[in-house]
Amino acid sequence: MKSTSRPHRFLLLGTLSLLLSACDGAAWNSPYPAADQGKNILYTAFTGRPKHLDPAQSYTEDEAAFTAQVYQPPLQYHYLKRPYTLIPFAATEVPKARHFDASGRPLPQDADPAAVAYSVYDIHIRPGIRYQPHPAFAADASGKPRYFDLSPAELKNIDTLADFEQRGSRELTAADYVYQIKRLAHPHLHSPIFGLMSQYIAGLKDYAATLEKADKAKTGPWLDLRGYPLEGAQAVDRYTYRVKVKGKYPQFQYWLAMPFFSPIPWEADRFYSQPGLAEKNISLDWYPVGTGPYMLTENDPNRRMVLERNPNFGGETYPTEGEPGDRAAGLLADAGKPLPFIDKVVFTLEKETIPYWNKFLQGYYDASGIGSDNFDQAVQISGGEARLTEDMERQGIQLRTSVATSDMYMGFNLLDPTVGGYTDKARKLRQAISIAVDFEEFVSIFANGRGIAAQGPIPPGIFGYREGANPYVYDWVDGKPRRKPIEAAKKLLAEAGYPDGRDAATGKPLLIYLDTTSTGLGSKSRVDWLQKQFQKIDVQLVVRATDWNRFQDKIRKGNAQLFFFGWNADYPDPENFLFLLYGPQSRAKGGGENSANYDSPEFNHLFERMKNMDNGPERQALIDRMVDILRQDAPWIFGYHPKDFVLAHAWTYNRKPNQMANNALKYQRLDPVVREKMRARWNRPVLWPLLLTLVLLGLAVVPAWQGYKRHEKATAK
Amino acid sequence: MFQPVILWTDALIFLLLAAVTAFFVYARRQPHLRDPLRRVAQSRAGMVSMVVLAAYVAIGLLDSLHFRPALPGKPGAGVQYAVETLSVLDKLATPLRERNEKTYSAPFATHAYAKEVVELPDGREVRDFPRLKYGGAHLVDPEAWLSDVLVRTLKAETLALATWLLAALALCAWLAHRNAGSLSTTWRAVWRGETPIPWRAGLLTLGLLLLLVFPALALSTHYHVLGTDKVGQDVLFQTLKSVRTGLVIGTLTTLVMLPFAVLLGIMAGYFRGWIDDLIQYLYTTLNSIPGVLLIAAAVLMMQVWMESNPDLFDTVAARADARLFFLCAILGVTSWTGLCRLLRGEALKLREMEYIQAAHAFGVSHWRIIGRHLLPNVMHIVLITVVMDFSGLVLAEAVLSYVGVGVDPTMQSWGNMINSARLEMARDPMVWWTLAAAFLFMFALVLFANLFADTVRDAFDPRTRR
Amino acid sequence: MTAYLLRRILYALPILLGVNVITFVLFFMVNTPDDMARMNLGVKHVTQEAIDKWKAERGYDKPLLYNASVSGAKALTDTVFFEKSVSMFAFDFGRADDGRDIAREIKTRMGPSLAIALPVFAVGLAVNISFALLMVFFRASYLDFAGVVLCVAMMSISGLFYIIAGQYLVSKLWHLVPISGFAGGLDAFKFLVLPVAIGVVSGIGAGARWYRTLFLEEMGKDYVRTARAKGLAETAVLFRHVLKNALIPILTGAVVVIPLLFMGSLITESFFGIPGLGSYTIDAINAQDFAVVRAMVFLGSLLYIVGLVLTDISYTLVDPRIRLE
Repeated sequence: MKSTSRPHRFLLLGTLSLLLSACDGAAWNSPYPAADQGKNILYTAFTGRPKHLDPAQSYTEDEAAFTAQVYQPPLQYHYLKRPYTLIPFAATEVPKARHFDASGRPLPQDADPAAVAYSVYDIHIRPGIRYQPHPAFAADASGKPRYFDLSPAELKNIDTLADFEQRGSRELTAADYVYQIKRLAHPHLHSPIFGLMSQYIAGLKDYAATLEKADKAKTGPWLDLRGYPLEGAQAVDRYTYRVKVKGKYPQFQYWLAMPFFSPIPWEADRFYSQPGLAEKNISLDWYPVGTGPYMLTENDPNRRMVLERNPNFGGETYPTEGEPGDRAAGLLADAGKPLPFIDKVVFTLEKETIPYWNKFLQGYYDASGIGSDNFDQAVQISGGEARLTEDMERQGIQLRTSVATSDMYMGFNLLDPTVGGYTDKARKLRQAISIAVDFEEFVSIFANGRGIAAQGPIPPGIFGYREGANPYVYDWVDGKPRRKPIEAAKKLLAEAGYPDGRDAATGKPLLIYLDTTSTGLGSKSRVDWLQKQFQKIDVQLVVRATDWNRFQDKIRKGNAQLFFFGWNADYPDPENFLFLLYGPQSRAKGGGENSANYDSPEFNHLFERMKNMDNGPERQALIDRMVDILRQDAPWIFGYHPKDFVLAHAWTYNRKPNQMANNALKYQRLDPVVREKMRARWNRPVLWPLLLTLVLLGLAVVPAWQGYKRHEKATAK
Repeated sequence: MFQPVILWTDALIFLLLAAVTAFFVYARRQPHLRDPLRRVAQSRAGMVSMVVLAAYVAIGLLDSLHFRPALPGKPGAGVQYAVETLSVLDKLATPLRERNEKTYSAPFATHAYAKEVVELPDGREVRDFPRLKYGGAHLVDPEAWLSDVLVRTLKAETLALATWLLAALALCAWLAHRNAGSLSTTWRAVWRGETPIPWRAGLLTLGLLLLLVFPALALSTHYHVLGTDKVGQDVLFQTLKSVRTGLVIGTLTTLVMLPFAVLLGIMAGYFRGWIDDLIQYLYTTLNSIPGVLLIAAAVLMMQVWMESNPDLFDTVAARADARLFFLCAILGVTSWTGLCRLLRGEALKLREMEYIQAAHAFGVSHWRIIGRHLLPNVMHIVLITVVMDFSGLVLAEAVLSYVGVGVDPTMQSWGNMINSARLEMARDPMVWWTLAAAFLFMFALVLFANLFADTVRDAFDPRTRR
Repeated sequence: MTAYLLRRILYALPILLGVNVITFVLFFMVNTPDDMARMNLGVKHVTQEAIDKWKAERGYDKPLLYNASVSGAKALTDTVFFEKSVSMFAFDFGRADDGRDIAREIKTRMGPSLAIALPVFAVGLAVNISFALLMVFFRASYLDFAGVVLCVAMMSISGLFYIIAGQYLVSKLWHLVPISGFAGGLDAFKFLVLPVAIGVVSGIGAGARWYRTLFLEEMGKDYVRTARAKGLAETAVLFRHVLKNALIPILTGAVVVIPLLFMGSLITESFFGIPGLGSYTIDAINAQDFAVVRAMVFLGSLLYIVGLVLTDISYTLVDPRIRLE
């Protein structure tokens, strides 16, 4: 009988086929098809399906990774210059606001903001910009739209957008921008900025009501917004449109650089509104239509998404000037060359950081943000300056850093009876806790040094930021902030009425409740660390972990005591940070973004003045005063500003972290030949374990076989 | 000065202990239970695994006696108790618990795992591996740690051997006393393996255990034997704390589900008819829901309930404990169906037996028949199921914690340890000790639990009784 | 036979209904529709109007189980529960909260799930049975003992360890296969080798031991003794009698599992980034996507019941004495 050896033969077969499959040229562990070797393709990852690629709805950063490459808003941020500067993208120049008073008379630029009734922006766009090829523009022989009335029979053969055989294009017009602004009020779209924009864009609020009515009355599936004029956004001519903003709102310019204000051709809206397409996932959320440098050609959110060069894009060149040091860093070597450089960008789904990081090290991703836990391997911090480890330098990996325009902070709920309030005692309690929670250590343990402890709410790189220490938490020693000793915190705590962490009156220990969403990785160690911080001043920290919904709910109702939050800037303006502490923005009272429910009349007053001011010494003075009020009241433990580190392989060029611009892909270049060489060198398969397994199996079979023979003989006798 | 705290799971653990004791007292009088139990004790595998499991149980029990220490108070003021709930194990392991480093350090390390900017006495700053605050801090020359460790180990081993000899002698003396034999003959009988109960195997296992435990104890006061984790906590301490979580999940789950499974199973088999239909419907329905989904939904629901009743859980420990208890209950709800079906089958068979038919004819009430005749006769099935389920449940905890519906993230458990260790594997040099520690302790527990379960099954299962 | 099948299907209906009620109750105790809306609309700038609009569009604005505002039968039918359940029985799973069609998603994800589950199942069965046969053949020798010890040791290791160690060694250190990912067609091979191998290896302990017990039980039966007494060679006894007879419990045990293979493996899929139904389920749990969870629970229960029916049928096929009535 030979059957006993069957499993081994089976294994042998398996190994053989494995060996055979490895002979197709690519390294064994390459996750990409061999046919793509050596092509001008950039490999990167996405962590989850971008929910919305429709510019009216898309808001998150992972969505912007796609929308920023596909759409072309009127403005964009300069790729290299700092501080962040707006430059034209589709527009011919950055528009200047013209101010008018209530009776429509023009006002000078320096007029009192209170007197400005509305501001008008005239935006001129470049002629000759064309949309990516798309079936929505396809026309039949007679010039009529080809795919506007799909029959069920036609629909049957359609599975993805690529199944439409004909495509067309047309020139971008100002009306397309107006169409998109109208879409912000569309009853079915729930644009996340509709609430905010309806406060500013003239007539947008009423427009939503109009559309609501029109939507109910309409007969077909499509609501043609062109038939409903909007006061605040109108096309003046083929290449000019006008936006009318209530009051003075200088921050509006920044919004013009976001995908919300990109053009949407009515044809696309009409095309996607046909019944039956949405069921097949053919919608603007899946297949955006734009004039930008890339177009989304493959969208399989379970596996990969592919951007390809838009053949109709042109006319933009690599910037010729930048920050000092950019030239030396080689960032200006491609100055003046036409964009984009890379033909195709493949985004692979990578939900977990470990495989992402490992594949980067193996050369299968061209760039990687660094997860905290891989950081020791990648970067050394010496003297506050980050450097690569020798291992990675040997691999030729480059490191670029920048301080993110974000805050990670712990907020006190000012409505809470224990930690809230504006009395001297309450203030001292908050200050004591601010000293005790050592964010320098937090950054070094949990972010591996990727951050700087914050001295106030405004991160570096934003107007209004000033170097200097928060005098209530830090001492200024040798030109550096040094956290006050723990004794100072204990003293403050005693003065706040809690000597040794006990209520002076009742003797009860002071309990502070931290609300958090402690699920997932690393949360346990974070909780332990926080408790250690509070123990330093003999205060007991009770962590109440819950799921995201409940946590939000608590914050919304103002039931939390202490919570951990983060904020990413929408645009590089101090208003976008300070409004987080503006009284009328209180989350518990007004449903705003002020989760600490901080409400200081003086601060509020200053904020209202600062908000609409142009940058200048006067504004700086106001901000200085506001920051000082915050430092004293300590509604937040200011936490830290995370640093973004980007690691890139030696074969990538023109990478510079840019917090504001998400459309960086078009500037990047890579050298596929070098990449191929490096990948082959780094990924030689190690074969001895395979052989060893085979030998071991063989060794196991031999005695078994002998035993079997012996057995056979014994029974035969 | 302390205030005892009885957490939900503590109470149930003591209930379980009482139940187990009661079972043994009862089983002593029942030959059909006593004989197989004796067979378990007489098997070598059973003996070895019992010794190891006893060690785990001891740790678990020490960790189940909770209290709140009094805060150092001012004279005259009323006594205030800390919010933190400690267990006897925490108290015993105070040096392990409190000697925290800043972040990772390898087992037996004297220096931190990652380089840091260290200020030299002359004010210069260099990047180097800083000395640990506690690990090997007593050493003047950190290079000499190995010889230090060896000396300490040797001392501890000597002590362990002495302890073990004493224990062996005490056992023999007791045996000699009980059997009215002389000490020397008993001693010889034990070592030749001539005793009916394999004391030799038990003693050898105990010896090995002592040889491991003593040096670990002796070294843990001066080193981090299994290293430290991300926030510098001793990994050995964490694994020890995880023992209780594993045991609780493995035992309380079955304790929770037993009443349902036994009652419903016997009822279905005994009464038949619509009761049977109803019970079958119930367990088929529950069974057909994919387990993880049901658990996930139930765990989420429980979290909400706990959120809306925060006053019931005044401390972190109480919250984590309540979650652990609910997890046991939920696991119980999803796992009782198997036993229920078995019992139903057995009851169907038993009810046709003549003596039960006879009892029926005499007009003995149904509940009396169930209590007197059916229940004792299915006891062995229950016992086998309980021990068989144990290891599976311990393993399930790890997986559930990975999916995010396991024990509270603040609770020490092997699942949580593995979960966090996954990220550490990607570091370079790799942080392997958390994973290794969790692996070793969990593997040992499950392995010996499996061995024990096999012994029990072989002893009780009439099919293998030849 | 037909009558039996019909009865089984009718019997399945109340079970599915019960499953539906349980998931529905569990889920809505966790999440109010408001929570779901908030989760979906994002974090920044969400107003109550937007939430109400979202609920109305997806049919979550009605009462959950009982509508007190209308009378008669409508009080029960004009509810979220009724509307969402009825369509479920017609296999219309509706759309996930992110707007994707669930049925379509299930269809596309089934392939990758099966690509892992089927080989693990088939290869695992073959390896386990071979290993068990080997042990039985050498029963009561040191080889058998070593085999049993190996089995017990292997089944005492958490599945997570197999995956973590396998991924670390094979992918990271030895560069033999990609770390994670998936591709269609033949390219899938290199992505599947490791998860399948790990799946098989982690199942050997429990599987081989279980089959060994089955075989040993069969060995103890009289007919085997008779066969041996007739002077039949040991191997002949083993394969011609023991294996053949033990096939019945093996087969029926396996048949129950087959339909559930469609559900994929939660842990393996999420570790290896395979876009199957297992990772779909985990994502849905994490995102608290009620529609998907419900659909998966429904599907799982249905497949379980199919498995039961298949088992019954396979009994009759293997053993003609059994008849379904």
